Amino acid sequence: MTTAPTKTDTLLSVRDLVVEFGAKGQTPFRAVDGVSFDVRPGQTVGLVGESGCGKSVTSLAIMGLLPKRGNKVAGSALYDGTDLLTLDDREMRDRRGRDVAMIFQDPLSSLNPVVSIGVQVAEVLQRHRGMKKAAALAESRDLLDRVGIPDPTRRLKEYPHQLSGGMRQRALIAMALACKPRLLIADEPTTALDVTIQAQILNLLKELVIDSGTALIMITHDLGVVAGLCDEVNVLYGGRIVETASRHEIFATPRHPYTNGLLGSIPRLDGARSEQLAAIPGSVADNIPWTTGCAFAPRCSRAIEVCRTEPPVLEQDPAAMEEHALRCHNPWPIDEGTRGPA
Amino acid sequence: MSEQMFTLDKQPSSRQHEVLLDAQDVEVHFPIKRGVIFDKTVGYVYAVDGMTLQIHKGETYGLVGESGCGKSTFGRALLRLEEPTNGTVTFDGTDLSTLRGETLRRKRQDMQMVFQDPLSSLDPRQTVESLLLEGMHAHGLTKDKEAAGARLRQLLSAVGLPAAALRKYPHEFSGGQRQRIGIARALSVDPQLIVADEPVSALDVSVQAQVINLLEDVQEQFGLTYLVIAHDLAVVRHISDRVGVMYLGSLVEEADSDELYKTPLHPYTRALMSAVPIPDPLIEDRREQIILAGDLPSPANPPSGCRFHTRCPWRQKERCDTERPQLRVVQIDGVPAAHRVACHYAEQIQSGEIQRHEVSATAVDPAAVQDVPTVNLQEGGGQPFSTQ
Repeated sequence: MTTAPTKTDTLLSVRDLVVEFGAKGQTPFRAVDGVSFDVRPGQTVGLVGESGCGKSVTSLAIMGLLPKRGNKVAGSALYDGTDLLTLDDREMRDRRGRDVAMIFQDPLSSLNPVVSIGVQVAEVLQRHRGMKKAAALAESRDLLDRVGIPDPTRRLKEYPHQLSGGMRQRALIAMALACKPRLLIADEPTTALDVTIQAQILNLLKELVIDSGTALIMITHDLGVVAGLCDEVNVLYGGRIVETASRHEIFATPRHPYTNGLLGSIPRLDGARSEQLAAIPGSVADNIPWTTGCAFAPRCSRAIEVCRTEPPVLEQDPAAMEEHALRCHNPWPIDEGTRGPA
Repeated sequence: MSEQMFTLDKQPSSRQHEVLLDAQDVEVHFPIKRGVIFDKTVGYVYAVDGMTLQIHKGETYGLVGESGCGKSTFGRALLRLEEPTNGTVTFDGTDLSTLRGETLRRKRQDMQMVFQDPLSSLDPRQTVESLLLEGMHAHGLTKDKEAAGARLRQLLSAVGLPAAALRKYPHEFSGGQRQRIGIARALSVDPQLIVADEPVSALDVSVQAQVINLLEDVQEQFGLTYLVIAHDLAVVRHISDRVGVMYLGSLVEEADSDELYKTPLHPYTRALMSAVPIPDPLIEDRREQIILAGDLPSPANPPSGCRFHTRCPWRQKERCDTERPQLRVVQIDGVPAAHRVACHYAEQIQSGEIQRHEVSATAVDPAAVQDVPTVNLQEGGGQPFSTQ
């Protein structure tokens, strides 16, 4: 496995992250299998993949939110020189919410149903910035206002069930931003929302990244969201990164058959209505382990002999003009492989 | 292959030559009850509020809208899984609202449903074989054992499952395969119309494409008519011949699929389309989004006049607040008569005579009943992400 050196201005550098689940004596299941990526300040990095590809587990491991028992984490996640994976509970609690914050998919289950919104936002300020309750509540009001919640004074006293889905997500973003973290991890923040509300939330995130210089890790299955938001895109399959490039590069010349397959599977709002979608056959259950070959080989239209016998390595595509790494023995040729329109 | 056991009263004149399903002014209002001893009705949730549409034989009609717009309730009301409080549904010449008991049950053979979540709509303790036979048995299609067995195998191969699947249980399948079972079950009684409520939204992208392709294949093979209900405009556009856009209980726009996506006329349709992310950074960087302010108003307390006026960036004074627009054909060059829109100012907006203005978000309380005022619209408010 090639381990790229960490660049100097990197905020978070994840190297060879491995997460295994399974009790003692059982064959462990590798949910994340050697994931490495960098996040620079002000940058938005996308982790894209379908359910079970390890994208959420990656973020939970970085945040130290995996359950204490039944899993093994290896590798490193250097944040500003400190390895987040080696911190103990107390040190991690100090950083979580202050340096690194997270937004989850389902805002209703991430909020405490019996505590008012105002107190939940203020709690973060009291804990990390040592503010008094009154001052913290006043600041919470400003935060709610900033994320676009109408009538914030009234909303402070309300409970999560009284807010709509979009508004709950905004409240969660307000909490995440309370201490101006330098890194924000958003795990499918708009998947539970309607498209018009999704557009509002994505716009809000975009503005926040530009205004505050916060780095953002965007975890999503929606390539459309990625196309509008992310600077750099990592496509995950079966716990490993299979393709990584800048967003313009990856959408213009998707080389990996899986990335191509994903793009071909999405019906698009623009362009011609073709007769059939180019679906990827089979399901994740057909995967073969990465140790024997390429996990995607059983579903891949371009699979050749070597794909089932030798695991491919993530390496820079020699034909690419810029940084574009691939984990594939037989990628699509640049001229004909692109199913995404030019 | 099925024999009609009962001759149904047919209304001779109302039957058009190819309309399979005709819904006229369908309303479903759910009462909101409060009180400890006496259930006092304090208001209504106007889930479906005046839906009129026709579905032609052999076509796919797509119904899109956001959550809470009443699209699922409407789909259920068509099959009388939900009792409409008003309006008529005529299916193949029969007025469904006149059917009772056994006659209605028999009629259900022609109208089947595919649900969103295949795991919760399949009985976990029934094998696939038993799941598929249940409906056939109820409609007397299993009298000939051999023919029934042959039909099971035909169904499975039609939805792309191996014959060995018959003896398995729903939990033994992946999400995509379960949805295939759900489709096979709907097909088992040889229906004419299938109402598919969010058939692919619970599935992963790559599997989603497989199921969409499957729906198209079986439509061709069995000559089916579909009503596809979904929130994903791209999916609906892909599989539908005609599309209706719903907002707060009624249609705001209806047109042929390609036409609708080429020239969306209703402000809500425009906003919806601009909000759908397109997997192409070049387009994403260029295109102008219409970001709607605020949330969907509560269907328990819908706004007066045009339902969309509280969020509409093109709203005009007076008329939009007071007069509810009806679906109408617009006088715009190049827009066919089949393209209907419920907006007073569709022509002026299209010609650019009326320009977009800012709308500030309105607080919407999901628990609001009628006595709570929710309409609080200010123009030109300084919200951080109102329309530019």
